Amino acid sequence: MTAAHGRSTEQLKASIPSLRAKDYKSDVKPVWCPGCGHFGVLAALTKTLAYLELPPEQVAVVSGIGCSSRLPAYLAVHGFHGVHGRALPLATGLKAARPELTVIAAGGDGDGFSIGGNHFLHACRRNQDLTYIVMDNEVYGMTKGQASPTTQPDWCRSKLTPHGTGMRRFQPAAIALAAGASFIARGFAGDPNGLTRLLAAAIEHPGFAFVQVLSPCRTFRPEQQEWKQLVHACELGPAHDAARAAELIQRDDGLGLGLLFEQKIPVYAAGVAADAADTLTAAERLAAIEAEHCR
Amino acid sequence: MSGSPMSGTPRSGAPTSGTRPDPGDSPPLTVAVTGAGGSGAVTAGLILLEAVAAAGLFGLLRRSAGPQIRGGESAALLRFGPAPVHCAGDRCDLLAALDWANHERFAEEIPLDADSLVLTDPAAGTPPAVVAAGDAALREIGFADSARERAGGRPNMVAVGAAGALAGLPLDALLDGAARTLAGKGEAVVAAARACIRAGFDLADPAERLRKPASAPAEIPQRWHINGNEAAGLGALRAGVRFVAAYPITPASEMLEWLAPRLERLGGTLLQAEDELASVNMIIGSAFGGVPALTATSGPGLSLMLEGIGLAVASETPIVVVDVMRGGPSTGIPTKSEQSDLNAALYGLHGDAPHLVLAALDIGDCAHTVAWATRLAWQLQTAAIVLSDQSLGQSRMVGEPAPVAEEPLAALQHPTAAGDAPFRRYAVTADGISPMSVPGEPGLAYTADGLEHDPTGAPSSRAADHADQLDKRRHKLLAHDYGPHWAEITEPADPDAVALTLLTFGACRGAVLEAAARLRAGGHAVRTVALRLLAPLRRRALMHALGDTRVLVVEQSHGAQLFHYLHAEQALPAHARSLARAGPLPLRPGEIVDAAAALIDAHRGGP
Repeated sequence: MTAAHGRSTEQLKASIPSLRAKDYKSDVKPVWCPGCGHFGVLAALTKTLAYLELPPEQVAVVSGIGCSSRLPAYLAVHGFHGVHGRALPLATGLKAARPELTVIAAGGDGDGFSIGGNHFLHACRRNQDLTYIVMDNEVYGMTKGQASPTTQPDWCRSKLTPHGTGMRRFQPAAIALAAGASFIARGFAGDPNGLTRLLAAAIEHPGFAFVQVLSPCRTFRPEQQEWKQLVHACELGPAHDAARAAELIQRDDGLGLGLLFEQKIPVYAAGVAADAADTLTAAERLAAIEAEHCR
Repeated sequence: MSGSPMSGTPRSGAPTSGTRPDPGDSPPLTVAVTGAGGSGAVTAGLILLEAVAAAGLFGLLRRSAGPQIRGGESAALLRFGPAPVHCAGDRCDLLAALDWANHERFAEEIPLDADSLVLTDPAAGTPPAVVAAGDAALREIGFADSARERAGGRPNMVAVGAAGALAGLPLDALLDGAARTLAGKGEAVVAAARACIRAGFDLADPAERLRKPASAPAEIPQRWHINGNEAAGLGALRAGVRFVAAYPITPASEMLEWLAPRLERLGGTLLQAEDELASVNMIIGSAFGGVPALTATSGPGLSLMLEGIGLAVASETPIVVVDVMRGGPSTGIPTKSEQSDLNAALYGLHGDAPHLVLAALDIGDCAHTVAWATRLAWQLQTAAIVLSDQSLGQSRMVGEPAPVAEEPLAALQHPTAAGDAPFRRYAVTADGISPMSVPGEPGLAYTADGLEHDPTGAPSSRAADHADQLDKRRHKLLAHDYGPHWAEITEPADPDAVALTLLTFGACRGAVLEAAARLRAGGHAVRTVALRLLAPLRRRALMHALGDTRVLVVEQSHGAQLFHYLHAEQALPAHARSLARAGPLPLRPGEIVDAAAALIDAHRGGP
């Protein structure tokens, strides 16, 4: 199904001059507030794509809805800004249809863990070769400051939950691990170089790579500016077995940065390889299928 | 294709009635086999249908089962004859009851009368009051006793022999049917079945035969042995669909199970999604990547997909959603048919979201309509919802093959070269169709968006961009030439004398055609119009087809959804009348004849 676009990545790399990070940026001006952490993620992602020398036309970034989900329009790669919570299914369908592409899904904590939570679980289980970047600022920014699944239970500055949510926080890394993700990392938007290294490793990881990026919301969570002082390298990682990783993740304060878990397990590939001995044309195969129903 | 036009016949063209053998000459026969779970009633039906094929006849096998997963009672309802059979009949000619477990659940579906013959096995209990007190003739045949006399014998196979003999099916055809149906179960099973069929055949009293034994013609034209779900899958493959994502749901799952291994053989993929929200977005992802994609579901799944379908409309990503309708709302009656998702398919999307809605007209037409819908979706870069229903999807026919479409899937209007940057993916064009690139094409990257956007795809809330894109997405659907496929029209011998048009859509077309044939035989000049393209409605063509005739709108919904839609579109005369009935029982031709005759009588002398 890729014959029309079948030039190999190597061929394409040879045919284009090396690109710089800014070549992966579009001319569209971000809607983000000044000082938003997402600018750092955009910068790190473009640096990553340049570092990996990925031809822009071989990259697709898909997203759902929210501040961070505006990301695709700000990139000069193929993009899809879909509906709320469904970035991962879009990415899954695109990757299944066009496995040679580098497919990155991106979005926020509400999009990925609340309305899209079910897809997060099953994308971890499926271990398709995708990268999923969640810009976590523990708040719904686009709808003007409501509690998200990662918000503290006693955070009561939203009119919607004046007494706080009273619900325990969603633990992205622990849940990804339990659901079967094979690559789990945590980065910080204020550390573009460290984040670039993590994103490059995530894209190169064969399988589902989940990167939680702490990305402060200056407008609705100004106290997150303190993250700059509080984040720290996760000293014990990365783990390569799930039990060890579970301990590491549970012991961490949620602000530990780095690769937390990586495991090489079989990558999801839909369908089976064609039988090399079978020399039938597509039309002959279709005719054979039709003949099953002929009398 | 004579006798079963798959495409609309122009009004001025040759009438299609008359090419079909008049059912009045040799009306189709209905044979039902019922029994408790494990009794093999459905297997018996499948063997009888294969026998119908071997005898060169046409048949339709409907199944009736309750909601139980396994082990519940079930019924196989076979109607067959020398002409194509497209609907349930008004009555049942022959009932072979393997036992009487929960028979009352089927009683409404198997209408018995004084001309009906009921085979009952004394070893399996006495007929319930609803049968014993009726007019049907009861005949005792020891299915179980006869089976016990043969190694590996099964009562349902004895019933196949007895019912087949009484229905006039040749013994050779019955034996051939058993061999085909049971081929996967091994030689011993086939041999035992054939012995029982012979025994049953001999147990039937030749004097009670409902039909003279048919002899198979020397040469039988190629026929399809297929159900609507399989045909829909075949249509998708024919049109080039190579990615399917879906979530299991009754009565659509068989389409997915049929497609999974066959897509693989064609280098494609079927992915079982975590829910319908995922499946519709997965196929959008595939189509964005340039690989034609489809999902199949039923009413509850369609409801979950509506937001995603709107995304396909706004982002102009071609997708096909097949809705195999069942009784609704909510979980409704999952195993029974209804046409009540029409409103959801037409109106369910939020915002102004013009899209395609099509309906398959019969089992074979599921292939044609799904293939056409796929081609249209790619030509017009939009979402197509194809309505099938349980009565098509889970019924099996021996009938005429659907023709292979002449035109292949249209190539995307690829931009020839990277022109002005940025690429204007949503450029406003004369026909409303913009160039579309797919990932992998250098210089043609864009961001597809459900946000309103400008011609480059950049998000925009400007009034002019909104108006331009809304206009463009509507215009491309309205300006397209849909050709003759929008409806199937049949005319009486004298089209100028038409007093009444029976107007319908989807699966009701079968009962409407049969009703029209009976009305014509009774001297009434009746036209039929069966809509295959519901949105955008071909209003002018429809009004032209209706002319100044009386109109009866026939559909299977409680709320007369088609009738109200056509009125809202100002496509019906004020005097049009509605025949709308909910499921789960099939709409029968007799009901339509009665309603039509009453309308003709009430307005004799002109509309």
